[in-house]
Amino acid sequence: MSIRIAIAQCAPALGAVKRNMDMHEKWISRARAEGARLVIFPELSLTGYYLKDLAADVACAADDPQLAPIAEASRDIDISAGFVERSADAKLHIAQGHWSGGKLVHVHRKVYLPTYGIFDDGRYFGPGDRFETYRWAGGTTGVAICEDLWHVSTPYLYAAAGATIVLAPSASPGRGVAEGGDLGTAESCRLMDRFYASYLTVYVVYVNRVGHEDGIAFWGGSEIVAPDGTVVARAAEFDEELLIGEIDPELVARERARNPLMRDEREDIVLRNIAGRLGLPFDRRD
Amino acid sequence: MTSAPARTGVIRPDPKDPSPLRIDEVLVRKMLTLFIREETAKARLQRAVVGVSGGVDSAVTAALATEALGAENVLGLFTPYRTSSDESRGHARELSRKFGFTLEEVPITEQVDAYLRSRNEKVDRVRIGNKMARERKSIEYDRSWPDGIVLGTSNKTELLLGYGTQFGDMACGINPVGDLYKTQLRELALSIGIPEAIVRKPPTAELWEGQTDEGELGFTYADADLVLYHMVDRRLRPAELIEHGFDAKLVTRIREMVRRNHYKRVMPLIAKLSLRTVGHDFLYPRDWEAD
Repeated sequence: MSIRIAIAQCAPALGAVKRNMDMHEKWISRARAEGARLVIFPELSLTGYYLKDLAADVACAADDPQLAPIAEASRDIDISAGFVERSADAKLHIAQGHWSGGKLVHVHRKVYLPTYGIFDDGRYFGPGDRFETYRWAGGTTGVAICEDLWHVSTPYLYAAAGATIVLAPSASPGRGVAEGGDLGTAESCRLMDRFYASYLTVYVVYVNRVGHEDGIAFWGGSEIVAPDGTVVARAAEFDEELLIGEIDPELVARERARNPLMRDEREDIVLRNIAGRLGLPFDRRD
Repeated sequence: MTSAPARTGVIRPDPKDPSPLRIDEVLVRKMLTLFIREETAKARLQRAVVGVSGGVDSAVTAALATEALGAENVLGLFTPYRTSSDESRGHARELSRKFGFTLEEVPITEQVDAYLRSRNEKVDRVRIGNKMARERKSIEYDRSWPDGIVLGTSNKTELLLGYGTQFGDMACGINPVGDLYKTQLRELALSIGIPEAIVRKPPTAELWEGQTDEGELGFTYADADLVLYHMVDRRLRPAELIEHGFDAKLVTRIREMVRRNHYKRVMPLIAKLSLRTVGHDFLYPRDWEAD
């Protein structure tokens, strides 16, 4: 049985959490009306991305009452949305929560914080320290926030842990306007999505935002790519759009029967190789 | 247009190959009109004011603003000094007719000359040029009140070389064309329907009679743009460019102009004293809570 999901390719306002919360409720209603089981918002959808010193102003604990409207709205549709999480020891994290049945069921903290080029995440945020999968109606899932997805090991670890879906909420700035191709960033992202989906035999759900922050344009182009490499659905570039698509667990099974790359994966060799290089003990059991 | 997967070959720094500078004009046009529309709205303004000189940079800026905000929301200002040419006036008017924005002519001769007469000294022509550029900008800002934003028209070549007057032509609320080299801007200009005569004429600030950009700079925009592209966009060191056959004197001169004029591209330095200082560690985005 296919599961219908919705991608909210929206344009959050920078630092205006209340306004963004209202915006979320509208998109959630639209996704609900479309019969979606899950609606996914982009990275930092409740706060905006280039926050700089605003990061501390908009941060809250994952169980803060200001996120209660999202939990409330998740009684009949799952919601994946981005916020700045202040941890119990007062570190700030770029976080993506998954709310289901009125409760927060999973939080992923962005692990890879880019601090180069037009990015400065590492100045304002602390890194997450784990890639954990979780289950919801669509299947076992892992979340890769923007730069997380650019690191090959992230979707690999999720797939190895049994994920059939990788959710990739992003705030990807569009750049590269050379003749003879797509927008440079779009080209890279599509290559990534299709490669991971095909070779890890998972669904890649790439959720990018649109709109401008301080002169930088987020390019949109959200897409769902199936484990057979087909693009299930793709949103327009630069415009807001509620993108609807189906995730089919049967297709994962069929692809994995045809192409059992994950079944044959030798995690022990990967682990031994890395443990050896880092000088860590590793019991050889063969 | 070739699609990305069909594209083959690597980009090599080659003084005879300007092709790396080519842009996707359709994509750039879309990105820049969205930029003007959104950032004007985020500043809670409705109109745009553009100093229209008759040259290609301001022509492109005014045309994009018209597309983004509607012709009724764009005010072009032609601000001639007595040395300005009739050709420039004609081109400014032609643009206004073609794209439909209002063009007003506000001469600056009287106030500039009154100031210069009041100085009991010989005023260098560079100073006169700077005075004119700042006089024009003060008029653009005046005419932007209360609901307009002043659009910048400095292209990437000028910004990197520092070939402009600080707080004069370089001043603006937002600049849609500042990430396009001069040669890229010409390419965009032709694709959005700027008349050929405007695109092809020799660029000049008309700060004194007979002045042309390329005459004053001592090199062409085509040559400078290719050096800047490889140096800035692709991060090649001057020595590497020279190894690849770029003229050593040109590369060294351009690199030095970029370095020496960097102060023009950044906000003024503020002396750090307190625990938290504007510009140093009070770092909020400009679009703070903007719509």
